[in-house]
Amino acid sequence: MIQHMLDGILVGAILSLGATGLTMVMHMLRFANFSHAELLSIGAYSALVFDAIFKSALPVFATQIGPLSMTLALGLAMILAMGITGASAVLFDRLVFRRVREKGDELSMVFASFGLALIIRNAIGLIFGLHTKLYSQDIVFATVLSRDPLLLVKPDQLATLGIALVIILALHLTLSRTNFGFALRAVAENPNLAQVNGINLQKMIVTVWVLGGGLAALAGVFYGLSNQITPTIGRDLVLPIFAATIVGGIGSIYGALLGGFIVGLAANLALLILPSGYSPSVPFLIILAVLLIRPNGLFGEART
Amino acid sequence: MIGLISYLVFFTTVASILAIAVLGLNLQWGNTGLFNGGVVAFFGAGAYGTLLLGGTPQPDHMGGFGLIYPLALLGGMVAAGLLAWIVGVLTLRMRHDYLAISTFGVAVAFENLMRNAEWLSGGAKGIRGFERPLRAALGDGFLYNLLFLLFVLLLLFATYRFLELLVGSPFGRLLRAIREDETAARSLGKSPDRIRLIAFITGSVIMGLAGGLYGTFYAFVSPQDVLPTLTFQIWAMLIVGGAGNNRGAIMGAFLIWAAWTASGWGLSRFAPVEMQIFAGSIQYVLIGLVIVGMLLWRPQGLFPERLVVSQSGHAKN
Amino acid sequence: MPDPVLNVMNVTGGYVPDLPILHGVSMQAHRGSVTVIIGPNGAGKSTLIKAIAGLVHVAEGSITHAGTEITNIRPDRMANHGIAYVPQTDNIFRSLTVRQNLALALRRHLDPAAGLSDLLAQFPALTSKLEEKAGSLSGGQRQFLAVAMALATTPSLVLMDEPSAGLSPKAAQEVLEQARALTENGVTILLVEQNVNQALRLADHCYILAEGRNQIDGNAADLIGDPTVAEIYLGGKRLRAGA
Repeated sequence: MIQHMLDGILVGAILSLGATGLTMVMHMLRFANFSHAELLSIGAYSALVFDAIFKSALPVFATQIGPLSMTLALGLAMILAMGITGASAVLFDRLVFRRVREKGDELSMVFASFGLALIIRNAIGLIFGLHTKLYSQDIVFATVLSRDPLLLVKPDQLATLGIALVIILALHLTLSRTNFGFALRAVAENPNLAQVNGINLQKMIVTVWVLGGGLAALAGVFYGLSNQITPTIGRDLVLPIFAATIVGGIGSIYGALLGGFIVGLAANLALLILPSGYSPSVPFLIILAVLLIRPNGLFGEART
Repeated sequence: MIGLISYLVFFTTVASILAIAVLGLNLQWGNTGLFNGGVVAFFGAGAYGTLLLGGTPQPDHMGGFGLIYPLALLGGMVAAGLLAWIVGVLTLRMRHDYLAISTFGVAVAFENLMRNAEWLSGGAKGIRGFERPLRAALGDGFLYNLLFLLFVLLLLFATYRFLELLVGSPFGRLLRAIREDETAARSLGKSPDRIRLIAFITGSVIMGLAGGLYGTFYAFVSPQDVLPTLTFQIWAMLIVGGAGNNRGAIMGAFLIWAAWTASGWGLSRFAPVEMQIFAGSIQYVLIGLVIVGMLLWRPQGLFPERLVVSQSGHAKN
Repeated sequence: MPDPVLNVMNVTGGYVPDLPILHGVSMQAHRGSVTVIIGPNGAGKSTLIKAIAGLVHVAEGSITHAGTEITNIRPDRMANHGIAYVPQTDNIFRSLTVRQNLALALRRHLDPAAGLSDLLAQFPALTSKLEEKAGSLSGGQRQFLAVAMALATTPSLVLMDEPSAGLSPKAAQEVLEQARALTENGVTILLVEQNVNQALRLADHCYILAEGRNQIDGNAADLIGDPTVAEIYLGGKRLRAGA
């Protein structure tokens, strides 16, 4: 039970990071972006590439940090991956979404996002191969937190959770204390009024893509660290991430952060009563439950 | 020669079955503006429903009620309709992205359930023990396949006529009114949520019909038949044919199915052996490019309607 | 008479291309005055004010402010031209607190702290509500907040779309008096109103619009009780076709 909760919180942190960017884009551009989860893959794979480059160029970076399998090289690679992923998100918007948007066909955006997701996911498979990869071949043993009940946790997982919590705190401070944060929330609530108040919408759209891409890259690297890297990361995580945004209420950044943890916990606790084969269905059951009990989510408002 | 003809019969049967599903999607997306991200779930409900109801009893999974074929097929359609009713009631009053996410989710959950619930659906092994109707009289040969093709074509034509009548009726005009301007439709005292629900269920029942025919044709269905790929293919067929246009939808189905089978054949024939495992990935990239490319450069499809209704509701020629 | 601060010349435009709502509308506003636009529903009053703010595309004609061409300006650049716009509804960010709304409006201010205390001095009712979500304010308080946000950029021209709509008569009176008070610092006010009598008593100059065209204009006080005003409202009778 406690082990499931622990695992749930760790997965939840990853989902929170993924859902935050998704909810902002969905609210601002008004479409369900099915390609968002592919940004996690782009982040995970670009970190893999930079990690290999750093390790071979500067062997000193290849040493592990403390008890972690994570190296300094991977830490730097992660930061670069965030930039690359943010830039990719902006590029996809330029190439596809903005052009569909400008045709005035908002409903087609969701089709476009599905098509784009297919292209990205399978192009990654073609470039990097279909088999799984790992950041580190070394086996890091889980630390026993307690023997009765038996609780195991990997140092990497704790580091992941720690970094995710720091990022979430930084996001919270930005949103609640800075003019930039107010502007982000203002655009999410009412883009037209934000524009009247001097906010440049085009710039803000780019900012939201960069931010969403960066957070997705982090989530992707963390997922790769605690599981493995495969081209199907996006396919496997798209539904849990959407579930997190619906739990929190589409458009609510705080809702997405909390929703990620709720979905992570619920999915892991559900394994106590459901055979593990059913775990891909759990996010859908969560979505159904939210739609039945509280359709607009924890923090969402009814919108048209 | 016989080989070629029997292949053509096979190809036309599958393409026609898929065309029925595309017509169902066209009612939802093309006429009503409802995004269905899980076409395969409703298709699958039809296939599983038909085979479970019409099959012979099996020791390892449910079903085998041995219903006469028309009832079994109808039962499959009802199963698809029920699934659509559940998803529709919960999401159609919300903003459109909820429907997109929920239908995508229902497809994931459906495939997952069919794969795991051995007592229900035979799990990964699929459903066995279904006998194709009239097999005793017609045998398994070319004659059977030809007659089955005629049966499918008849149903495709019936579905087409039904939808053309529906779209031309006052109800069809209501659908377009809601798609173009929901507020105006509401102010006329119509309930858009209810009308959208009816359109969504009707479209899904048509997909269920296609699924039932598909299951009948192979006399077998397994989780491999209800993967998301099918949803993407059916979308591509509709987008290529031109959303809102029933004749285009049928042509799109044949065109994309031909392109899909040809590209699969070409890759297996000409791609180097070490590249064979990537054949699927290449096909998916191609279908993604078709969807995105059409939206960017030819959103009205290759076979646009003669009468195009613009966003502002003014008919243009 | 001095040159007008705002000069709208033969403007044609609307939300959708080929479907103009405004048909060659012209109007002027003078520095430090209150100009009101009235007219029956669907006359194009709000559309005109949005066209000035750059929110509606102007297909023909031109708009100048303080001698500068501002036809089809980007709405987010309005403040750079000394213009502020208060929309009729949804004119505050409900999910932000009052303080955060004002901080957002003041973010280009040279001294935001001083700007905030200036605004609170003008709108004392907001002082006790600073930490509350703007969505929880009453209608009148919301309107005050919206006007305060508009004034945060120290504009010389304020466009207001039906500021008294949906308010109690008392709150409406307060909001309109607040608008009048702004002119004492040389601010020019252009407002759209449904409440004809209240608006005419308050304003200096009045334009009446119907069917997207100018109908009549004149000294606001002279138009009070003018039978032709009532005729335009009731019968839609056109005095000068096309203008």
